[in-house]
Amino acid sequence: MLKIDHISKTFNPGTVNEKQALRDVSLELKKGDFVTIIGSNGAGKSTLFNAIAGSFFTDAGSIFLDGKDITFKPDHFRAKQIGRLFQDPMKGSAHGMTIEENLALAAGKGGWLSRVGKTEKKEFRERLALLDMGLEDRMKQPVGLLSGGQRQALTLMMATMMPPKLLLLDEHTAALDPATADKVLELTKRIVAESDITCLMVTHNMSQALELGNKTIMMDHGRIVLEIEGEERRDMTIDGLLKLFREKTSKELDNDRILLSE
Amino acid sequence: MSFEIALGLGQTALELGLLCSLTVFALFLSYSMLNVCDLSTDGCFTLGAAVGASVAIMGHPYLSVVAAMAAGMMSGFVTAFLQTRMGVDSLLAGIIVNTGLYSVNVAVMGGSSLLNMNTTETVFTITKEMLKGTTAEPYYKLIVALVAVTSVILFLTFFLNTKLGLAIRATGNNLDMVRSSSINPVFTTTVGLCIANVFTGLSGCLLAQSQKSCDINIGTGMLTIALASLLIGGTFIGKGGIFLRAVGVALGSVIFRVVYTIALRFDMPAYMLKLVSSVIVVIAISAPYLKRQIPLIRRRLEETRKRG
Repeated sequence: MLKIDHISKTFNPGTVNEKQALRDVSLELKKGDFVTIIGSNGAGKSTLFNAIAGSFFTDAGSIFLDGKDITFKPDHFRAKQIGRLFQDPMKGSAHGMTIEENLALAAGKGGWLSRVGKTEKKEFRERLALLDMGLEDRMKQPVGLLSGGQRQALTLMMATMMPPKLLLLDEHTAALDPATADKVLELTKRIVAESDITCLMVTHNMSQALELGNKTIMMDHGRIVLEIEGEERRDMTIDGLLKLFREKTSKELDNDRILLSE
Repeated sequence: MSFEIALGLGQTALELGLLCSLTVFALFLSYSMLNVCDLSTDGCFTLGAAVGASVAIMGHPYLSVVAAMAAGMMSGFVTAFLQTRMGVDSLLAGIIVNTGLYSVNVAVMGGSSLLNMNTTETVFTITKEMLKGTTAEPYYKLIVALVAVTSVILFLTFFLNTKLGLAIRATGNNLDMVRSSSINPVFTTTVGLCIANVFTGLSGCLLAQSQKSCDINIGTGMLTIALASLLIGGTFIGKGGIFLRAVGVALGSVIFRVVYTIALRFDMPAYMLKLVSSVIVVIAISAPYLKRQIPLIRRRLEETRKRG
């Protein structure tokens, strides 16, 4: 499904600000995999997502999606098959355009000169109703008027309207209040399961990382230091995870932002 | 001032306002929708005028309009190409194209800086001929302008609600979103600037033909005038659907010309037009900013008064 083959990326090479953000990272996902990624700030989680989505080209290695080499494909090309949600709810939708217009753009049906018809509008309404946020009655309102949680739910809906092959979730619930975060997470689980989307999710919540999905990887200093799945993962506890991290990196997981429990 | 003179002046203001509103539509697309300040507007306006005049003088009144629009589109393409493919900053790209167009425009006008169209057949003279003898005859300029403005408004209303139109608006609204969805911002920026400059070229062509002359300086200051009109229009109809906002744009352009005409009646010299338009743009852009500062200034004054 997704095959990342020994990719590396160094920012500002040859300067004092040189940063090796990804060091020889390899990862392989099967169709339907739901992988959670943990690691402290600067570990390379978002950089990995940027590399997969094509925000920049890697310095070495190659990336395959569904057997096709996408290493040198531009981001807008990859976006046809890769959906992405950011931590910032403002990033995923155009604030000056209405909910309907945003959805029309995401629907992806028809040619450039096509317009949204009645049947599509009805479909938008039905889908919005599923979010259970009352958005179906606000289709003509600019997205800028929505709350962060509503915008993130809308973005999730937009990103999965044409189910992508791969969905990248970059801490997409971290900026939301706990109740809204739960709701968006529930939505995520439902949509991912319904459309059988392969999914990579960055989280800072360790119990969430072990609970969700079928595989967990831990990153540190631009490397994948830990990959657990199956029985080993089922029996894993947060303490066990911390211990493994110490063994692998010979240091403590010293970041405040890592949440050890709910 | 007699009623007839007032009416005549009103009509002139309306004609000029409508003809120049075509350039305002260009900014509506590039500045309001695509969020690109296209500084090549002045040069592109003159390009439209020069191409339109030259082709009309050659004896092709209809083709002149099409040629002016095509020339505008090419100019827009170059501006877009520079900023999307050559790594030139968008403001700089506009300025560079604007400067280069000066030479192109003089070349198009055959090395002269003034073309006379007193005996040339244009869409205006054709319309006048068609209306000969009817009550509508004195309004032939107005009719041509109205047809052009209506077509552009209808086109924009249709186009900005198509998928491509929405993609162009999203490009100006949230580039992050566009990058992470399957829209190529290079493509949308290019299409947007090309179409915007088609309107600018058309505007220049029609203005020159209605005045029966094309001067190399016809476009100087058009960008600021159009921006002033756009902002005036926005204060009257700033919200609502594309159709309403487009009508507001045309309204803004006409209001600007009416105010200007009135000012001229009060003995303001004609050369003040550009200063007036600059001041209007400054006021329209800075007013919301200054408004936000007022509570803070007021509080400061109160605090200093309390402390004696």
